[in-house]
This record gives sequence, structure tokens and C-alpha cells, in this order.
Amino acid sequence: MTALDDVRITPAAAPAPPTASTEATAAHGHPVIDRPHDRVGVYIWQVPVRITHWVTAFCIVTLSLTGGYIADPFLIPPGGHVMTTIRMIHIIAALTFLVSGAIRTVYLLFGNRFARWTAFIPTNRKQFTELFRQAGFYGFVKSEIPKVLGHNQLAAAAYLALFALLLVETVTGFALDGLMGAEPGATGFAWLRELFGPQMLRLVHHLSMWLILAIALFHVYSCVLVDHIENVGVVTSMFTGFKFPTREEVVESRDGGVEVLEQAVKRAEG
Amino acid sequence: MQDDGLYAALLRRGMTRRSFLGFSAAMAAALALPASFAPQIATAVEGAKRLPVIWVRGQSCGGDTEALLRSGDPTAVSLFLDVLAVEYHDSLLAVAGADAELARTSAMQLYPNGYLAVVEGSIPDGASGAYCLIGGRPAADVVREVSAGALATIAVGSCACDGGVAAAGWNTTHAGGVKGLVGGGKYMALPGCPVNPVNLASVIVHWITFSALPAADLAGRPLSAYGNLIHNQCERRPHFEFGEFATEWGDQGAQEGWCLYKLGCKGPETMGNCPTVKYGEKISWNVRAGHGCIGCMTPSFWNEMGSAHKRLPAPVFFLPNLTADMIGGGLLAGIGGVAGLHAVGMGMRFKRRRVIAARDKAMAAVGSAVASPAALETEGPQAEAGPDGGRAPEAGGASPAGTLDAAERGAAAEAALDSGAPAGPEER
Repeated sequence: MTALDDVRITPAAAPAPPTASTEATAAHGHPVIDRPHDRVGVYIWQVPVRITHWVTAFCIVTLSLTGGYIADPFLIPPGGHVMTTIRMIHIIAALTFLVSGAIRTVYLLFGNRFARWTAFIPTNRKQFTELFRQAGFYGFVKSEIPKVLGHNQLAAAAYLALFALLLVETVTGFALDGLMGAEPGATGFAWLRELFGPQMLRLVHHLSMWLILAIALFHVYSCVLVDHIENVGVVTSMFTGFKFPTREEVVESRDGGVEVLEQAVKRAEG
Repeated sequence: MQDDGLYAALLRRGMTRRSFLGFSAAMAAALALPASFAPQIATAVEGAKRLPVIWVRGQSCGGDTEALLRSGDPTAVSLFLDVLAVEYHDSLLAVAGADAELARTSAMQLYPNGYLAVVEGSIPDGASGAYCLIGGRPAADVVREVSAGALATIAVGSCACDGGVAAAGWNTTHAGGVKGLVGGGKYMALPGCPVNPVNLASVIVHWITFSALPAADLAGRPLSAYGNLIHNQCERRPHFEFGEFATEWGDQGAQEGWCLYKLGCKGPETMGNCPTVKYGEKISWNVRAGHGCIGCMTPSFWNEMGSAHKRLPAPVFFLPNLTADMIGGGLLAGIGGVAGLHAVGMGMRFKRRRVIAARDKAMAAVGSAVASPAALETEGPQAEAGPDGGRAPEAGGASPAGTLDAAERGAAAEAALDSGAPAGPEER
């Protein structure tokens, strides 16, 4: 079994209600009933999803540092082609991010159920209520964290905001690059400079960086926090692709289900 | 003054053939045309009749007129005084009052669709246009009337292009540019504070030579003058690339002629030809003189560009000292602080949960009624008394109550795991 075709179940085949499924599988002596507290490796993040995650993270750090120098040249003493080099690194990192973002967008459309757009945009009532249950958990209102294998809906909403900000950075970046006469910004994004003016674009480009860094900081914190609470290996999952929930948790998760468990068990045993 | 053509007028003014050809070449250069166009320009200007101009001023400081008259550039001045027949200009007319009005209206009748309309200054439409009256009439009406019969309307200076300083901030007089008043006719914007006389001259010479205005960008600015970034033509650009920046006015870097980027020069976001055309007989321009560009050729530069001495405008316009970095850094620090406090809160909550689980385990061990793992699991949420807690679960794991019980069971099992107790007989 290759990495790509694992756990790819159409979202239409929504997981059955846990009670019904556990009762139904009990008759067959299903492992979830036999050994509900056994942990099983579930393949969540496909290889390109993980690679683009780390490439994006690296690019955000690089772009923020070089962009910080471009916005306010500091620390580095003059001499040598300092600004030339740093602008070149900035542009190369931006283009690298662009390729990474394009690949991730493909997986937003055609990836597995944890990477696809349906994991980010709530399409049913369950996803909507999970948004508030997760927020309630963070706000010390609810004591339980919603059960989910991939992104919880609050995190997904934050990532949607992040995607939007990254898109804003890309578009304003091209428009600003076009000021120097570089294509495609010079002609393709001239309307944007006409509409907002170059300084507004620069301000938006700059403020978006701070917002992205703020989201990234909270992302790191919440990952470590949830890693401690869920105890299924959230942080390592972005390296290995696997989370290790109990069999019961796989069935009961909003984006889990009996099929996911069966595939995971099959993979573990075969 | 007799009207026997431009060339005769220029010769009368003392221009030699050599300097006339030099003028033609300079105009070709200003229009970004190849040098081979210089003879064509010379021929066109030689044979042309003097072009009538009606120069209307709205809310203006007169700076554009001053720039033209005091430019010291003989070609520009002679163009203005001799090549053009300025039929009406309220500051330059010998007459005043009703006679001046008559000069304008009679010129409009004398050259129907045969004159250039030049507008200097912003046109307010607040208070029904009462903030700026020309001969007792709102300036907007006069401009509309003049531009309706013009070959082309040229807005000179930032004020005429977008309202300029009068439109800055709250824009009390509701000032704006003239573009909206030009009813479908040809329009060209020549922003700048003031307009560079060479750019005005080159547009007029282009009109005389080709009977058309030069190619323009989306804001109506001729690409020949406003098609390149000032930063890309700046003589201090190498210092930018080498990271050599003046950091204070008059410091060592400033004396060395280093880049003024850190002092808020707006050259990197302004399109114009100041570095190549310069001012005052090509003697200097502001960056060469030691002050950064303020971006006066960008539409709405007073509002858009922010402080002339800072790189970025203030995000909140009524808090000019609050920078984008203060907001962003504050946000980041705030998120970090919230995360730290949240971590402490979560730690306290889960410590409490572990204590409760351990107590339950101890109770189970001493042989109370709670003996089965299922009953152990239900104790946690009850003691927690969360919003979903307190519900009496049915015996056995898979109750019809469904997900909530399941969630509670999972968390309690996890809590038991945290405390080191086995979650159930199946564990390991």
C-alpha cells in the first residue's frame, strides 16, 4: 500500500454513529469491542502535506527575517551586497513558498479526508458545533476536548485565516515586486497598485506578517497543549504522518469511523 | 505679438538654431523617444502655429506656475511664453476682473476645440462649490466649461490630479482632481509638487508633433515621465544595494551621500523621472540635495504616503505615533502571554483531574462499591461537575447516551493513564 491511497474514503461516507457501529461490529468480534483501549497507528498526514507544512514553516521564518531587514535595515553592518542578497533570498523563499502553496492547494482539493477542504470548511452541523466545543475547551468552559483525528474545527478556522493571509502576502508581494518593473507584478498586478496605492500594499504586506507570526506562535502552543491532552502524538504526527489513538477513539472521532479503524488495523497487521 | 509660427517666435526670443535643435533632442529624450525623432520634432515645432492655452487655477498655491516661470530652463520658459499662446492665466494676465473673464470667454469662442486646457489646483465641490469661485462662479463649472471645448485637458500638479494637499486628511472643502470634470475628452495627469516643467513641455511638444497625447498609465500619467520607479533611477541606489544607509539627518552616512531609505525616502514606491530630468536646469533634485523623496507623484500622496520621514504609514491615521511594528509586536507578545497563562490554567486543571482520578482509584482499591473499570471511568466527570457531567451513566460501556458518555469515558481513562494507573484490564 502506498502512502497516497491510504485512508482515502469519500466524505459522503460519513462515519456511522459510534453506538450503532460498535453494536454492529460487536457481532463480528471486531477489534474495537475486543480491545477498545489498544492503540493503533492511523495514517493522517500524507507525504506532500507534511513536506509542504515544513517548507511553508521554513519559508515563513525566512521571509519574516529577510522581510524584516528589507522593511528596516538593521543589525547587519554595511558593506557587500547586503540588501541585494537579502532581497534575493526573500524572493527565492517567496517563490519556494508559492510552489509549496500550489502543491498544498492540490491536496486541498484531492488529498485524503484530513487534508481536503472539507476538513477546513464546516459543511455539517457536527463540524459547526465542534467549533464551539473546542473553543469552550480552550476557554475552560467545557472539560472535554472534542474527539477528532485530523484538524479540530477551531484549528481549521485558524488555518483558513492563515491561508487567506498567505494569499494576501503573495498578491501584495507580487504587486510590490512589480513596482521595480519585475513581471508578472509590473503588469499583472498594476490594478492593485492603482486601487490601494503602493504604501497601503506595503503596510498590508507588513501587518500580515505579524498576524501570520501570531497565528504560528499560537499554533505551536496549541499543538504542544493538545499533544499533552490527547496523548496520541500530535506533534510527531507532522513528522511521521501517524497518530496513535485508541481503537475506540478512532471509531468515535468525528472524522474517524469503523472504516478508518479497519484500514488502520489492516495496515498495522499486514 | 504677431503670429508667424513657433520657430519665428523662438528666433525672435534669441534662440539659435543650435539651441533649438538641442531643445528638440531634449524633448525627444523627455518623451523617451529615440534620438531619431528629434528632427521630426524640430520640423513639427518649426511649422506649427502657436497653440492657444487656457490655464485655469482652482485651489492652488501657484507653485506649478512658479516652477515653470522660475525653472531657469530657457527651453521650458520659451515654450511657455512663445510656443504657446497663453490666452488666459489669472496670475499672468495684465487685466483683471471682468476683463479677465472676457479674455477667457473670448478665447473659447475664438478657438473652438482648438486650445489646450491646463488646470492647476484642486477643485472643491463642498458647499456647492462655494469654497473656490472664479469670477463669482464655482471653479468646477468653469473647468467643466473650459475642458468641454478643449483639444485636451492637462492637470498639472498633484492638486489638479487628485486634490492634493487640499484633499488631505478630513478634506474640509471636499476637494478633488479635475478628471471627473472632463466630459469624455482627452485627459492627461502630470502630478508632482510642483509639476516638472520639462514634463509639461514634453507633453505639449508631443501634441504638436503627433497630434496626440503620450501613452498613459491607469491614472492618466504619461508613461514617458511616470513609467519608471524613482528608486531604479536614483544616483544613491548603489548604497541601497550595499546596505549603506543614513540613519540620522547629518550623520556620517548622510554626509557620505548614502541611501536615505531609513529616513523615509519614498523613492522605492514612487513612479517619476526626477532623478533623470531633475529641476532647475538639471542642477539637482531633492534626493541629491539630501532629503528623501516624499512621493508627490503618487496619487493622494498626502494621505497614502504617511510621514515623509518614516518608511510605513501609521496603520491608525489618528494615532500617527503608533507604528505597524508596535501593533504587530504587541500582538505577538500578547499571544505569547495569553498562551503562557493558558498553559498554567490548563496545567492546574489537569493536575486537579489527575488528583481526582487517583482518589477514585484509591477508593476502588479499598473495596467500595466501585469495582469495575466502567464505574471508575464514570467517577471522573461527575466529580469534575462539568457542564455535561453529573449524568448517571448506565451500566456497561456502550450506553445509548452515545458520544458524550463515550467522550467522558475516554477522558477519564486518559486521566487514569496520566496518574499511572491502568485504564482497564485490557491495557498492555
